[in-house]
Amino acid sequence: MPKNAIPPIAASDITPESVWLSRRNWLRQAGLGALALGSGGLLSLDAEASQAVQKLSAAPNPEYWLSAKQTSEKDVSSYNNFYEFGTGKTDPLDYAGKMQTRPWTVSIEGEVARPRTFDIDDLLKLAPIEERVYRLRCVEAWSMVIPWNGYSLATLLRQVEPTSKAKYVEFISAVQPANMPGLNDRIIDWPYTEGLRIDEAMHPLTMLVFGVYGKMLPNQNGAPMRVAIPWKYGFKSGKSIVKIRLVENMPVTSWAKIAPNEYGFYANVNPDVPHPRWSQATERRIGDGFFAPRVETLPFNGYGEQVASLYAGLDLRKNY
Amino acid sequence: MLKDGPRWTAKQVGRAKPLVFLLALYPLFRWVWLGFSGGLGANPPEFLIRSSGIWALVALGLTLAITPLRRIVDQPALVRLRRMLGLFAFFYTCLHLLGWAFWERGWSLSSMWDDVVQRTFITVGMVAFLPMLALALTSTRGWIHRLGRNWQRLHRSVYAIAALSVWHFWLVRAGKNDFFEPYVYGALLAVLLLIRVAFYARRSRS
Repeated sequence: MPKNAIPPIAASDITPESVWLSRRNWLRQAGLGALALGSGGLLSLDAEASQAVQKLSAAPNPEYWLSAKQTSEKDVSSYNNFYEFGTGKTDPLDYAGKMQTRPWTVSIEGEVARPRTFDIDDLLKLAPIEERVYRLRCVEAWSMVIPWNGYSLATLLRQVEPTSKAKYVEFISAVQPANMPGLNDRIIDWPYTEGLRIDEAMHPLTMLVFGVYGKMLPNQNGAPMRVAIPWKYGFKSGKSIVKIRLVENMPVTSWAKIAPNEYGFYANVNPDVPHPRWSQATERRIGDGFFAPRVETLPFNGYGEQVASLYAGLDLRKNY
Repeated sequence: MLKDGPRWTAKQVGRAKPLVFLLALYPLFRWVWLGFSGGLGANPPEFLIRSSGIWALVALGLTLAITPLRRIVDQPALVRLRRMLGLFAFFYTCLHLLGWAFWERGWSLSSMWDDVVQRTFITVGMVAFLPMLALALTSTRGWIHRLGRNWQRLHRSVYAIAALSVWHFWLVRAGKNDFFEPYVYGALLAVLLLIRVAFYARRSRS
């Protein structure tokens, strides 16, 4: 087994190839359909069309292929925390359609030798798009299994050559006052800001995500680009990122600023450290059914083999 | 106060009870309908636990609205609806509690106990539930007679239950700084209590 492979679960959990291929086929047809529609005259895609199915071809990466049952695409795109659009779970689905995702640039600055602003379409071509199936564990004690499309964040960071002073990475999400009704809530000091230690950011599991289920990210999932850090609670994975800053000091991240006793900077999935208002020992797997029992939460969300060594000597009870 | 029309008799108000009963079952019908039409969303347990909590608070508010309402519209017989509404508040609270016991704590008594002692918002919720249970059990005619004057004293604890319920809701939302709804429910309950104070003050002056 390759070093970074995720231990497989039961063979019965693996989607049969015929089913998988037929899904691919269907996606391809859907993709062609969208293309045919586009050639009908409208060359520029407006916001609504960009919300429609846009295929993103991604090659499955067997090193990061979790063979558990995947959460349905409907649940993945209709049950979201994206407070720029409201605090309700369906607010992002209802209100994210207005967000403008083209043109879109991502500037990378701070402690780097070659700061640069990338166009989103260049980022899509920077490296081959892979499909990786990751667990997602929300700090609210629910979880999903999601096939993300993208590549390791390290691929991008190497392009800008972080200096020796780059100890942390900060992710800054978009603010579009006219298109984001949730900005009025004043719960968060916008823009939404998240961060990682540089070694966490350079870890191959940390993924820059452009698509899900072989399609471009729906707006509510953080279009056009987000990160996915599968061993940390979901709020660490910033959405709709416009700026990545490499910095020397630990950044003040959004949730750690709002409630430092509830949300830490590290936010590694840890069944032994409860949230002040609920236990983190178990989780509800979305889509498991009405009477399904809760699932045991795994340390580092099941990615301990790959990432536990990053935290050797660190008291994870204090650094939650 | 409005003293134009004739006063309804207890019997007349009693005739409206089946209708009020059906209306009070609206949340339950809605959940069943949403359940069959796929409307409970991606996380039905979360939806049902939250929804039952909100409806318990609504029913509690309606129960507490009866006394001011019967004075304002001068229809004392409306009191005949109060027990039923109170029992509906208890009913939705029980569903809220059972949802937590099953979906959050997997029917494990030790796990429930841990939750009650470790987490303030669960503690507050449970402290609100226990007197509510006592009020529901003593809501029968038999207990009203048996307790005499003490019955009213005991049932005044509904004010504490209401305050604790809003506090419970406030604590749930505290982590996300999302206090709009707890404030709305808190303000409505405060108004219902202030009306009582105003009536009391006027009566003691005259």
